[in-house]
Amino acid sequence: MLPTPDLSHLRAEDYNHVYEPAEDTFILLDALEQDAEQLKSSKPRIALEIGSGSGCVSCFLGSILGPSETLYLCTDINPHACKCSIASGRQNKVPLEVLRTSLAHPLIGRLHNSVDIILFNPPYVPTLYDEALGAQENTDVEGSWAGGQDGMAITDQFLPHIADLLSPHGRFYLVAIAQNNVSDIQRRMQENHALRSRPSATRWRRAPVGDTLYKDFMIL
Amino acid sequence: MVRLITHNLLACHVKGCTSNNFPLEFKDVQVVVRQSEFNPDFLRGFIAKIEWTALVGAARELGDTSLPEMQPETLDDDFLHTLHHVLLEIHVEEGVMICPNCKHNYPISSGIPNMLLAEHEIG
Repeated sequence: MLPTPDLSHLRAEDYNHVYEPAEDTFILLDALEQDAEQLKSSKPRIALEIGSGSGCVSCFLGSILGPSETLYLCTDINPHACKCSIASGRQNKVPLEVLRTSLAHPLIGRLHNSVDIILFNPPYVPTLYDEALGAQENTDVEGSWAGGQDGMAITDQFLPHIADLLSPHGRFYLVAIAQNNVSDIQRRMQENHALRSRPSATRWRRAPVGDTLYKDFMIL
Repeated sequence: MVRLITHNLLACHVKGCTSNNFPLEFKDVQVVVRQSEFNPDFLRGFIAKIEWTALVGAARELGDTSLPEMQPETLDDDFLHTLHHVLLEIHVEEGVMICPNCKHNYPISSGIPNMLLAEHEIG
């Protein structure tokens, strides 16, 4: 088992503004670790994480693939998250290229069919729609979880770009919960973008609070 | 960190700014050089994604003239070492990137480029 990235340089004050790695983060790490051999053998050149937050997930991917094997692009709308991602990259000796932006906007023109791995642990918690948009505008920690109707307000903005960004054998990892209606996401990705997906069945887990089911979800 | 490998992938995304919006021009930059592990396989795999003219121009804006005008056909070790340095070891820590078309300014602070747009600029 690969160790979880070292985040000992981040402080409680950082987590006032940046999402602290939690169960959903670790589920994504587990999914990447499970696919580690396939990911390595595909020789990915560009990885892109949307909403990298603490930087934990991209650092973990870097520990699987190696720091010089891949370009690790990270975006976050939250300036504190950008700083934390950079610091985590340094701490874990994975050079993360961090951009402050919403989703992948300034990269879309140049990354046509070029990204081998896309990672997205989106704001998936169902909230009022305005709350999700307001949280993005405030660019603070609420933006890491407030997801609007069905928790899909932000994810739905990004899904139409996936097929264009992915390289021919690229993979997209998305964290989703039952309220996001995973089978509907799969159906839309198949019908609108011809992307097949395979939810990792072993990944169903109980969330720490309530009866929410977390699930990670992979599109091949 | 804004390294030239990343700069080569960034285009202006202001609403309506869809042509001549790449590459962004550097201004008032502070540059730091940090050594990194040389990986010829990575460079060979990545080179097809590079817009060569944009890379040569951006390197010159940062004072590095080591790259040839035309991308060489043979990727020998000397060339790959030069490419490695230009793409991966030059970090722009402070400065501005300016769209050649609409002149939008994207500031870089502590190595982080701010590519966020105001509401009315979003396409």
